[in-house]
Amino acid sequence: MTTSYAECSARERLALLVDTGSFHEWLPPAQRLTSPHLAQLGLPAAFDDGVAIGRATLGGHTVFVAAQEGEFMGGGVGEVHGAKLVGLLKRALRGRPRAVLLLAESGGVRLHEANAGLIAVSEVMRALLDVRAAGIPVVVLIGGANGCFGGMGLVARCADHVVMSDIGRLAMSGPEVIEASHGVEEFDSRDRALVWRTTGGKHRWLTGDCDTLVEDDVAAFRTAAIAALSAAKPITMAALEEEHGMLAARLAFNGAEAVALWAAQGIADAARVPDLDVAAVTALGAR
Amino acid sequence: MNQPGLETLDYALPGTRPAGAFTPVLVGVVGSGNLEVLLEPAAGGDCRVHVETSARGFGAIWSAVVSDFHARHQLAGVQVSIHDMGATPAVVSLRLDQAAQELKP
Repeated sequence: MTTSYAECSARERLALLVDTGSFHEWLPPAQRLTSPHLAQLGLPAAFDDGVAIGRATLGGHTVFVAAQEGEFMGGGVGEVHGAKLVGLLKRALRGRPRAVLLLAESGGVRLHEANAGLIAVSEVMRALLDVRAAGIPVVVLIGGANGCFGGMGLVARCADHVVMSDIGRLAMSGPEVIEASHGVEEFDSRDRALVWRTTGGKHRWLTGDCDTLVEDDVAAFRTAAIAALSAAKPITMAALEEEHGMLAARLAFNGAEAVALWAAQGIADAARVPDLDVAAVTALGAR
Repeated sequence: MNQPGLETLDYALPGTRPAGAFTPVLVGVVGSGNLEVLLEPAAGGDCRVHVETSARGFGAIWSAVVSDFHARHQLAGVQVSIHDMGATPAVVSLRLDQAAQELKP
């Protein structure tokens, strides 16, 4: 029997993803490191400000790990939440784990905390790149119901390796944001098939934004995370130029939406992709 | 109506079953219609309950739910801390029972 990654809480994911019983939490809930801003808005805090951080072992290797709770403020990055992520990454520079895992589920910056959240996300990105520069791979896992959007979407694409389930979503602007700014003719956020074609795991895998596509199963995420421990992508000039080349090629695409993009990549029967399961999509092999 | 801010409620009920020393227990999530419950060891023989809720004006119901919980478990030497985002009484009772269950070895 499989356990849905999407339906787990952040703490359940942590417990099931790393080696059993190995998670040691830093700044646990009883320390009450809570948001200093939410109470003024009449909103209850969370004891962990929506993210659990600590160390664990994965396949016997020491890793540092963070898990965002999507149910609390949509996984939004507030001041304390962001500081915990930054602290984890900075500690990795000293502790030198085999890898840092981010179990991301976030709508991006927690708007209630405004500038503090924006600054926090930029600090997370800087700290993440410092960790990569130190030769420690950062692996982002995306499969929660809230997806990985806004600033956390940017953070994910700064990492060495991204693992997604087919129901996971990754983007900068979320569907509602695009519709609000460009109109429903541009993007209908209630069209779920369109939303997943545009942001979902299959699309991200087919276009190279996601490195490993898995089923919505905690065990599959664990297997992919163990494999990713050896997937460091050193930041080199050649790697950056390759990535810029990929992005530039994307700008040249002139179609209306994802199905046309897949077809342009040479995928036969591209319209069938949304109906394919994960194994069938990965068998397409087109990247 | 629509007063800003959280409502804070506190209860202290004498219990008969000392919990002794234990690692703090956290269950639930602060999400819409949900709550988180943190259990910690506390000095004395009371089960103390501290509630912070975004739904104001339900003190009488909280009092009844907490009393029922205490009647079921009779915990002593425990601090219960709750962050609530409008959970229904049934959900609160289930979360409290879940937390008490985690206390058992």
